[in-house]
Amino acid sequence: MSLRLGIALVGALLLTIVVGLVWMPYDPIAIDLVHPLSPPELKHWFGTDEFGRDVLSRSMLGARISVLLALATVALAIILGTALGLLAGYLRGWTDRLLMTLTDTVLAFPGILLALGLIAVLGSSDSSIILALATAYTPSVVRVVRGTVLSIREREFIEASRSAGDSALETMLRHVLPNILPPIVVLATSLFGWALLSESALSFLGVGVPPPAPTWGNMLSDSRPYMDVAGWLSIVPGLCIAGTLLGVNLLGDALRDRLDPRRLS
Amino acid sequence: MLGYIFKRLLLALPTLLLVAVGVFLLIRLIPGDPALVLLGNDADAASLAGMRADLGLDRPLPVQFLTWVEHAVRGDLGRSIVSGEPVSTLILNHFAVTAVVVLVAVTLATLLAITAGLVAAWRQNSSLDLAVVGAATVVLALPSFWLGLVMLLLFGVKLGWLPFVGYVPFSESAAEAALFLVMPIATLTITESGVLTRMMRASSIDVLQLDYVTHARAKGLAESTVLTRHVFPNAFAPTLTLVGLTLGHLLGGVAVIETVFTLPGLGRLMVDSVLSRDYPVVQGCLLFTAVVYVVVNLVVDLCYPIFDPRVTAR
Repeated sequence: MSLRLGIALVGALLLTIVVGLVWMPYDPIAIDLVHPLSPPELKHWFGTDEFGRDVLSRSMLGARISVLLALATVALAIILGTALGLLAGYLRGWTDRLLMTLTDTVLAFPGILLALGLIAVLGSSDSSIILALATAYTPSVVRVVRGTVLSIREREFIEASRSAGDSALETMLRHVLPNILPPIVVLATSLFGWALLSESALSFLGVGVPPPAPTWGNMLSDSRPYMDVAGWLSIVPGLCIAGTLLGVNLLGDALRDRLDPRRLS
Repeated sequence: MLGYIFKRLLLALPTLLLVAVGVFLLIRLIPGDPALVLLGNDADAASLAGMRADLGLDRPLPVQFLTWVEHAVRGDLGRSIVSGEPVSTLILNHFAVTAVVVLVAVTLATLLAITAGLVAAWRQNSSLDLAVVGAATVVLALPSFWLGLVMLLLFGVKLGWLPFVGYVPFSESAAEAALFLVMPIATLTITESGVLTRMMRASSIDVLQLDYVTHARAKGLAESTVLTRHVFPNAFAPTLTLVGLTLGHLLGGVAVIETVFTLPGLGRLMVDSVLSRDYPVVQGCLLFTAVVYVVVNLVVDLCYPIFDPRVTAR
């Protein structure tokens, strides 16, 4: 039941993005000063904002931007974190100790504040948001990957690969990596949710994706002055974020139930 | 016990050192003269020269770092470019607001999570359990800033029950200040309770299946005694870890909620400083939040032996 709801919500999101690639009811950044703040009606299903821009079209483009940013963030964090986690867990010794101290250091900063600090230095742009959020999330990937590698490296098939004369790199890539994929997939799902939420939060705080490009976060942020007269401006992007997160979380839970080795045995 | 405390303190030192290095280097990553970065573009030649001497820009980087650490340890984090106030004063003033909101909210969320998690686990797969799990899952998907906005719209704008713009410090009127804090605290409590409830429920389910719980029941103990005296102490450890992590991170500033409710907290200070490129304040905030995080987790680790005496033995 919850799996079906998860699939339905994520499916609806993907459908919105695909449809948005070929068709949107209006130009999402076209300003129409004759019809500002018009409530939801047949012409504008979700109403218009303070500049008369169609909220449905903006939400559709916002879906694409938010999801792409979150995907890029997760991809970067997973690749970097997996590489470092493999090294730390497989090589042990000083590499491990050094990498773990570094991870602990980054983890000492609250994710959003670390991202804020980095954006202060890097400037506010799409790539700096991705870089800043990926930096904040990489340590948790390193920890999960390292933990899994530690339990796998003592198994017989790794021993066999080593005694067959494979180099450390070969053993890591050919034998360790494929066996740590399930927890990585599960982690990637929850990271995606966090990344989406953090990106919205950064945009809400005014340091995210620069205008006029819409994201759900900056739409929410821009809606604040008109909250009492145009409630739909806050409701629509909020429901978009909540629905997407709910879908992704439900999928993630279902995935964990299937892939968790503890539950399989 | 003393040995355990000492070992934990020793482990925290390298992290603190690296945190300091990271925050120090952050400002050096910005292209240009660090003195100009720290004083802003309006600085006159004399104060620039003073700052350069202060930072020791002609000396090697490690020496500059040590000078900076020495100042920081004495509580001197420089001055804000925007207001000219000492960064440490700014941070402490804003921290007071954040601390009240976060401490109250996390306490409430933990109590809520313990109760809901224990009861849900006790009657696993009942409709009560489903309701708890469902609510926790929905709460996890709610962005805190949206929840805050909806509350503000409902209780502030539509019903007019609670004030929502601005803030009155406790020193002026405790009653009014408390009114301003109701909605931020409620929002934070709700958003934080989701994860904690799921964690508490999961570990309680594991503990409930252990033999000693069956034994306690076989002795004829009341179910409430079994839950509070036997299940809770053993199921709480993972949740306590999570409370520590949550507390450590939130005390650094709940930027989003402070923005929604226009509270002068630490997170808001950081966001405003980022927006106005007030680098000394950004640097100070980052250092402060990381130190708070390390200290809070140290305290939580030191609390473990109270719940689980085996920890000290390790």
